[in-house]
Amino acid sequence: MDAKERSRLEAAAKEIRKKTIDTIGYLGVGHIGGALSVVEVLAVLYWKEMKVNPAEPRMPGRDRLVLSKGHAGPALYSALALKGFFPEEWLHTLNKGGTMLPSHCDRTKTPGIDMTTGSLGQGISAACGMAYANRLDGRDAFTFAIVGDGESDEGLVWEAAMFAGHYRLDRLVAFTDANRMQIDGLTSEVMTLDGSQGDDLVAKWKAFGWNAERVPGHDVEAIDAAIERAKARASAPGAVGAAGKPTMIVLDTIKGKGASFCEGQVGNHNMNFDYETAKKAIAELG
Amino acid sequence: MAAKEMRAVYTETLIELAKKDPRIMVVEADLMKATGTPPFKAAFPDRAVNVGVAEANMVGVAAGLANEGKLPFAATFGCFASRRAFDQFFLSCAYAKLPVKLVGTDPGVSAAFNGGTHMPFEDLGIMRMVPGLPIVEPSDPVSLAALVRELAAYEGPAYLRLHRKGVEPIYKDDERFELGRGKLLREGKDVLIVALGAIMVPEALAAADLLAAEGIKASVIDAISLRPLDKDLIMGEARKTGAVVTAENHQVEGGLGSAVAELLAEAAPVAGKPVPRLARVGVQGLFGEVGTQDWLKERFGLTAKNIADRARALVAERK
Repeated sequence: MDAKERSRLEAAAKEIRKKTIDTIGYLGVGHIGGALSVVEVLAVLYWKEMKVNPAEPRMPGRDRLVLSKGHAGPALYSALALKGFFPEEWLHTLNKGGTMLPSHCDRTKTPGIDMTTGSLGQGISAACGMAYANRLDGRDAFTFAIVGDGESDEGLVWEAAMFAGHYRLDRLVAFTDANRMQIDGLTSEVMTLDGSQGDDLVAKWKAFGWNAERVPGHDVEAIDAAIERAKARASAPGAVGAAGKPTMIVLDTIKGKGASFCEGQVGNHNMNFDYETAKKAIAELG
Repeated sequence: MAAKEMRAVYTETLIELAKKDPRIMVVEADLMKATGTPPFKAAFPDRAVNVGVAEANMVGVAAGLANEGKLPFAATFGCFASRRAFDQFFLSCAYAKLPVKLVGTDPGVSAAFNGGTHMPFEDLGIMRMVPGLPIVEPSDPVSLAALVRELAAYEGPAYLRLHRKGVEPIYKDDERFELGRGKLLREGKDVLIVALGAIMVPEALAAADLLAAEGIKASVIDAISLRPLDKDLIMGEARKTGAVVTAENHQVEGGLGSAVAELLAEAAPVAGKPVPRLARVGVQGLFGEVGTQDWLKERFGLTAKNIADRARALVAERK
């Protein structure tokens, strides 16, 4: 990736981050921590890797994204608004009665949202079905999914992992937002999945028949390179590769990344902050 | 006519539909042999997805398939379809407005030797809590084939309570069925029996015979569709007779008995007509047990005799 491309993606990430802080700050409460930790992957997906059409959100040949950690919706809404899926003014309607932008993703409400999520574990399971159907129909489409590390406590995540490995869904590319925090504390305190050796989640996904690797989750170039590797391995649309494997990219991230008032703080999962605090944090981002 | 295995009818109907409609798929959780779908897999290998022993993922994967335009019929024992995978069905299918047809097999006492752990007396009640969800329990092979076709044509999610075993036909092959329409199988003036499913509809007919021998004339309705409930048909017969007995292979709480009680309680009074009285035959707040189906029917009072006893008591009470 050349420097120009890198700075284009970093600029996109910064805009998503600012919009996300603004969106939640305008309301005064929300899932800021886990929204900000997925900003870079959203920038790489929507500004480079995903084939989407804001004028036709359900375009059949599009690439799909399932935000399995549905509570990070405001970050995805910010990305979709910036891409032109719906007016940016909608962002200030977050969680207001009758809004098209509910706290958790809803495919029936928001243009560009590919699957309803919020009950953790269900998104990655649905993504498996979507990837299976897309292969069955020979669509030239990738299915992407973003799972939380806290979310990965759910047994359903591992049922889905087993399924995608068994059916060799190599056009399914998933990410774990490994921000190492969950509601009640550090993942190492609450429920260890990604242990002291640093490579446990990678080993777990590999054990389920996936390709898996760990990359710095706020580095757009590293994220992009991992996606490119996954795409290069993938079978042709409709084909079942004899050695095909789905891909898990574990993103080492910081919960609340980029918002000085909450970055890296346990307790930023769903927090109150006023609009002045949001504006100050946005100004700091430059 | 000879009994026909309901699961064979289910699978034959899906194969017939799938030949014309490439969207039809089956999704299973290591109970393909029990559901009877191996012939579907033989005919359409890639359109039969087995997720292994993972019911939650079965329903989540079905939601994903439906999200890409497929019409998946996802089947497992009713206890797992309702209790174990409920959140997946509620959110990823119903709330997300995706047309997954969830199939819960081995309803109630038909679980027999699998016993109390596998005996769903609560799946209808659980599914009735899903807003607007159609819920059907066909009583014979003819109504089953017709309802599978109806559900495939219906745009949204639905729950099919599927008796797997051999069942004698009640209907002629050319009988027509519609989602939300019950069938008036007998017409009488003294009492109405509303029954649901392959075990209780035959028991209701047998109860009507027992009552007829005593000079009590019973109407019998095969409800078929718990939602939409055929309110006009049921209410019409209830007002005419003034006495209603419901019969279901399920807890009386939450299922057909509850649905009919709600209907009667909320119905406007009609001048000159009695307010219908109600008795509910079904499982009375008990867990399932192990045993033969016949033993279990006696154990839980799911018999023609019990239906007739309750009907007779209602009729006597009115006199």
